[in-house]
Amino acid sequence: MLVKHVLRSRRVLVVSVLPVSLALAANTYAAGAGQGSNAFNPDIGLIMNGTYGQFSNDPGDYAISGFPLGGESDPGARGFAIGESELAISSNIDPDWYGMFTYSIAGDDSAGAENAYVQTTSLGHGLTVKFGRFFSGIGYLNEQHAHTWDFADTALAYRALLGTQFGGDGLQVRWLAPTDLFTEAGAEMFHGDAFPAGGSANNGRGAWTAYVHFGDDVGDSNSWRAGLSYLSAKSDNRETGTPDPATNHGDVFTGTSKVMIADFVWKWAPHGNPYNKNFKLQAEFLRSSNDGDFTPAGSNTVTAYSATPNGWYVQGAYQFMPRWRVALRHDQLSADDPGAAFAGTVLDSQGHDPKRNSVMVDYANSEFSRLRLQFNSDQSQPDTNNEWFLQYTMSLGAHGAHIF
Amino acid sequence: MKTIKQMFTAALLALPLAAVLMQNANASVHVFACEPEWGALAKELGGDEVSVYTATNAFQDPHHIQARPGLIAKMRRADLLVCTGAQLEIGWLPVLLRQAGNSRVQPGQPGNFAATDYVNMLEKPASVDRSQGDVHPGGNPHIQTDPRNMVKVAKALADTLGQVDSSHAGDYSKRYQDFNKRWQAALARWEKQAAPLHGLKIVVHHKNWVYLEHWLGLKAVAALEAKPGVPPSAGHLSEVLKQLKTQPAKMVIRAAYQESRPDEWLSEHAHISAVTLPFTVGGSDAAKDLFGLYDDTIANLLKGAK
Repeated sequence: MLVKHVLRSRRVLVVSVLPVSLALAANTYAAGAGQGSNAFNPDIGLIMNGTYGQFSNDPGDYAISGFPLGGESDPGARGFAIGESELAISSNIDPDWYGMFTYSIAGDDSAGAENAYVQTTSLGHGLTVKFGRFFSGIGYLNEQHAHTWDFADTALAYRALLGTQFGGDGLQVRWLAPTDLFTEAGAEMFHGDAFPAGGSANNGRGAWTAYVHFGDDVGDSNSWRAGLSYLSAKSDNRETGTPDPATNHGDVFTGTSKVMIADFVWKWAPHGNPYNKNFKLQAEFLRSSNDGDFTPAGSNTVTAYSATPNGWYVQGAYQFMPRWRVALRHDQLSADDPGAAFAGTVLDSQGHDPKRNSVMVDYANSEFSRLRLQFNSDQSQPDTNNEWFLQYTMSLGAHGAHIF
Repeated sequence: MKTIKQMFTAALLALPLAAVLMQNANASVHVFACEPEWGALAKELGGDEVSVYTATNAFQDPHHIQARPGLIAKMRRADLLVCTGAQLEIGWLPVLLRQAGNSRVQPGQPGNFAATDYVNMLEKPASVDRSQGDVHPGGNPHIQTDPRNMVKVAKALADTLGQVDSSHAGDYSKRYQDFNKRWQAALARWEKQAAPLHGLKIVVHHKNWVYLEHWLGLKAVAALEAKPGVPPSAGHLSEVLKQLKTQPAKMVIRAAYQESRPDEWLSEHAHISAVTLPFTVGGSDAAKDLFGLYDDTIANLLKGAK
């Protein structure tokens, strides 16, 4: 990561009664200086980002060969567009609870609560419980907010198999083992209305996850984290894609998707000081087993469907001097063609294995602002799409410290 | 397919258990020190009763630390957190606290110790705006550059250790008395050695020496960072160079973790010495402990002033 976005307090209350402040100054023990100075106000922060996009193919026709897409899985808009602006409010609620609320407003003015959760702080024994709406802890990239990504867009495998980022309304329990080796286990239950789940199956407990993460430092300069995750997502008439005018429905799936993820990230910084130079290598493999019934958009025939597509990516980001960073990424997917019964439907990959190569350079004037230029040679479909992004990401006000 | 799934499930369950079985713990108080100076102080006061893990080293910028898994694991087992506070660690400590699931070291608990709660803070701004750069609303947090602060923090830390581990409270108090005696003697020595430095004009790389300036009577006439936390730019460096023509300074000082090139450039062009100070324990070969830290700081300043 180029620089840590740092949460910093915005304003200091100026004590207006001068004699009192002088008396305090004479005594001068800055009691409570260790904690936030904005008294009892929650931390309020705003992330703004915008892009200028140039695509050789119409982004309205975007698809990934052989994959039904859910969630926010389009590559962006042509020309100028503001991306998601995120308003985040967070605070310790009392000695036992922490709360976080993120309201996200998309470029088309559609808005919604992206995160709205409360989390325990005092259970001890390494236990943390979270309730509300949140991104799942599966994989590596899933829990990272978009403004912390090393590229303007997410990995193809996340777009195709997890609807960009998997989350929803649910319950999370995490346990950290009392060991020198970072060892964390987590499990979650979700409502199940977000891709790859759909229709809030199983009485509104349509998806569950389990994962383990390990990590450690190697000397002063290196650190790593690796994880294994499992997501079981039930779908009850999950509809993706555009409704067909003849049948009046999109692609409908009823069944189960079981996603396994292996993730790995390695970070290097000389003496552990990332300020001047640092390098980050990141790779993930995802595999989704789908079993159930599929009804393509243009048909009313329900057909048994079983396929196990997979995907992976590897990316490296190098900060070669303060403020400046370059990054490379390779994405690859394999659709696992489900056979002749689905010829011509969204599941038909026509023998194409989607892939993408990306190169990125960005410049951060401070911890709170970043400008980025990115190029994708995107073969999500057989016809290569050349995608250019010019992006700004700015942070106003409080900004929570980033996870690893 | 089935076997892959079984292996996967087995791995999910077995690996954390194996990790628990592998661990062994014994020392009575696990101290998590955010910066090396507090780690060194905890060792002085805690002796054999504590095991100290120091989260950062002298070559890291304490403003910019990543919330690494290794740090979270250490925080999980800590009985006492010894940090600077005043928002120095705000970019990483809150994440560690939230992910570690350790109730003993949460804010408000005796196990959450912030050194800046016990000293007189300098440069407390009346208002804060990001256009001013990286300004801390609680005041300048780099208090360890004045050794007189160390006594105040040591007293409070000994008391806190006694609270967290009451069975050894007497030991901590005794070690503090002993430390204070040695420290007062050292202070007298340092102040005598540093007398020629009084009134000396210096250039600083980052504004993290205000307590040192205050202690020794040094006068900072310029900073290489135009705003705190903004890397020195070529334009600002030439302005500093121009300023030094009318308002000369004797040396430019930086902490061991800061980039040396801007200082070297200024040293070469303004014909002043570039001095690297340890800033914290471990920042130079001589700064092996707290006493060595100030011995070496003064020795380097005197060398630079020649």
